[in-house]
Amino acid sequence: MCATKRPDMPEQMTVTLTVNAQTRELVVDPGTSLIFVLRDEFALNGAKLGCGLEQCGACVVLVDGEPVYSCTKPIGDLEGKHVETVEGLAADDGRLHVIQESFLQLNAAQCGYCTAGLIMRTKALLADNPRPSRGEICAALDGHLCRCGAHPRVIKAVERASARLRERKR
Amino acid sequence: MSMPASIERTPGLDRWIRIADNGAVIVSTGKVEIGQGIKTAIAMIAAEELDVSVERIQVQTADTEITPNEYVTAGSMSVEDSGSAVRVASAAARQILLESAAEKLHVAVDTLTVQDGLITSGQSNEQTDYWSLQAGRLFEVDIIDVPPLKDPRSYRVVGTHTTRTDLPAKVRGDLAFVQDLRLPDTWHGRLVKPPLADATLIECPDSIDLPDVEIVRDGNFVGVVAKLEAVAIAAAERLASKVRWQSKPLEPPMPGIPGYLRTHVSKSLPVVSGMPLDETLPEQATPDHAVQTLNAAYYRPYQMHASLGPSAACAQFVDGKLTVYSHSQGVELLKRALAPVLDLPVDRVHVIHREGAGCYGHNGADDVALDAALLAIALPPRPVMVKWSRADEHGFEPYAPATVIDMQASLDAHGRIVDWCHDTYSFSHNTRPGRNPGHTNLQSAWWREKPLPPVPRQPAMLAEAGIHRNLEPIYTLPRKRLVKHFVANSPLRTSSLRSLGAFANVFAIESFMDELAHAAGKDPFEFRSEHLADRRARAVLELLQQRAPGLSGDSNAGRGIAMARYKNRQTYCAVMVDVHVEDDGQVRLDHAVISADAGLVIDPDGLINQLEGGFIQAASWTLKEQVTWDHEGVTSRDWESYPILTFSEIPTIATYLIDRRLDQPMGAGEASTGPTPAAIANAIFAAVGVRVRDLPFTPERVKLAAGMELANDTRWEQK
Repeated sequence: MCATKRPDMPEQMTVTLTVNAQTRELVVDPGTSLIFVLRDEFALNGAKLGCGLEQCGACVVLVDGEPVYSCTKPIGDLEGKHVETVEGLAADDGRLHVIQESFLQLNAAQCGYCTAGLIMRTKALLADNPRPSRGEICAALDGHLCRCGAHPRVIKAVERASARLRERKR
Repeated sequence: MSMPASIERTPGLDRWIRIADNGAVIVSTGKVEIGQGIKTAIAMIAAEELDVSVERIQVQTADTEITPNEYVTAGSMSVEDSGSAVRVASAAARQILLESAAEKLHVAVDTLTVQDGLITSGQSNEQTDYWSLQAGRLFEVDIIDVPPLKDPRSYRVVGTHTTRTDLPAKVRGDLAFVQDLRLPDTWHGRLVKPPLADATLIECPDSIDLPDVEIVRDGNFVGVVAKLEAVAIAAAERLASKVRWQSKPLEPPMPGIPGYLRTHVSKSLPVVSGMPLDETLPEQATPDHAVQTLNAAYYRPYQMHASLGPSAACAQFVDGKLTVYSHSQGVELLKRALAPVLDLPVDRVHVIHREGAGCYGHNGADDVALDAALLAIALPPRPVMVKWSRADEHGFEPYAPATVIDMQASLDAHGRIVDWCHDTYSFSHNTRPGRNPGHTNLQSAWWREKPLPPVPRQPAMLAEAGIHRNLEPIYTLPRKRLVKHFVANSPLRTSSLRSLGAFANVFAIESFMDELAHAAGKDPFEFRSEHLADRRARAVLELLQQRAPGLSGDSNAGRGIAMARYKNRQTYCAVMVDVHVEDDGQVRLDHAVISADAGLVIDPDGLINQLEGGFIQAASWTLKEQVTWDHEGVTSRDWESYPILTFSEIPTIATYLIDRRLDQPMGAGEASTGPTPAAIANAIFAAVGVRVRDLPFTPERVKLAAGMELANDTRWEQK
């Protein structure tokens, strides 16, 4: 068995990024995918690496409110952007966001690996369309895979969150 | 109730229950959470028997140095094995706690009541609680006899709705998965895997142009380790483009598998009452009063677990001791498999379970644990986290084996089955790692400079195991000839995927029952019912029929049903599916109804989640999934080349349970998978009159099905 080491420096740049409530200036390889910055620099767990190919949605976070596959988004494109992850949803006192609460109350998961991505997608969906039909929910979630088959509950959780958010606005 | 086997193996009460000093109760189980909700079910059982709230129960899952050894979390056995053990241990703890309360309060035990751990004497109104009596102390007793257990009719926790105890961390983004583990100074490993499992590395650079990257090579095993995960991935990709492999072409080609299975049988075993027998096969003879005989062949391709999160493990080697964090379903088996491969004494290997993405059987979890161990041992004392890539996971997990099934049955003049023959041809369903002297099932060990070869494949001989799981039909039939044909050598590596042989066997049995019903001119419910003596099976079927919604009148819509009892000894499950078949052959699932009898229901919502999840996963196998390959290797390497069911393709589902309070709870995680493909096939037949027998039912297959039967197609055998 052999172990070899060869240090060399790649190109670096400075990026200012706000993640949830925290703004930081990072010196990074601009080609680094956002997910690794979130997981390594910010020690966040919400964005999950599932494929690295924008196929499964486990890594979805919001960038300036829009859902983004963080597994392929280069950090160099995100100067001055605001990134929201599932960790940023609960209130400061720990109270869950309505969407998180709906997923929890309906046990809308099995293993839960896809859950954070689905919750972030739901947040973006309900901001755009407060009263989505079942078809619109499914279309929005089609960028996400769930292998456990928790889909019917996830759809119900989105419907419930939508209803609760509308009640709140009334 | 007899003493649970888990308690007989680990009788010490302290190994199961500890009254913590913070108002909590710690319950240990040798089983692991794989998304099936076992932590919640165990917490409910303990809370019920101890009379404390579910919130107080903390469930410690498998850790080879802490928890009782309960082998593998598989076969839908967790509630039966560990649930019954925790029930008995909780009742034993409660009894001891009440006895010490009685002593402390100077009252008789039978005057005491418990509410959320608070003990009150009806005699003196004095109170004490579990924590003042026992916090931080050990019970120091063995459970010898089964203590008095609560009457299930008085249950207040078991059988009610609860929210899963593991979900809050998952919806918040707290540490929940092994992938989230961050030990200080962890480095990240990544593998450069061969194109084929038996390829030889003929060229490998010993360095690459990236900072802080180590290359670890051991024969045909190649890994990189870097400080940052992103760098490890980049390094592995760069290295992969520079290495050269040599391999023989992968044979046979993919379409040749049905023929290969029939012509490469290693052993044929008759199956009687669910048991394979090492005897000669009985003669096949059609009885004289048979008026028609039907034949059909069914095919299941290789299929994947395809976990949403690629397998991962973190390992650290310090002072000759290896610690591995793994989402393996069997930490004890993994420990015993790792030690000889790594030349370590078994007591120098510690495996701690941490959750991964749902695995549904033996996927890459154990293999990646060895990968992490090899890299950590090469670079001690750094912890090394290894995460497989998506292509690694799709390409190297052990698949569900391809299966061919031949059915033959005869009907008499009254349309009753008078003869039934069922032959299943398949590869091994169990290549889990374990203690296998001189061999190993941990894949990377096959690739090292001093390799250990794979464990020779043998047919499983236990009741309802592997290929012959659910080969025994649920129906009462006058004559049966059931045969398991074991094929040892598979071109692709295979092992346990949710429900094992039951998926293909029930698909064949329940499709064939529909074909027979049609031939007999009978309604599918009526035809099944005529051959069904089991009272509980009949009740589940009747429940399905009662709950059936109105039928769509559309010309291309149809309904199919199917049922089975998992392993012929666990949960009964019947499935009804309504489909639409589009002109292009696309099958659209409109609505599904599931009925089930899992005995005493512990966590009804968890049970429904498992039944519906099993249905959806099986529907995905049925409509979309097959592992593809060419001469150079597996070509299903991502979600585009191996598509699964999406949100838009999910039907609405209604599930109905029969709760039998006075019966034992039965495992249900695999109960709905078998009936699902048959219900879909039967619905397609009802919709458009086309019988599909070759999975998956892609639009091309559905269009083809009328004219050609792939499993029967001998052209491929000549290729």
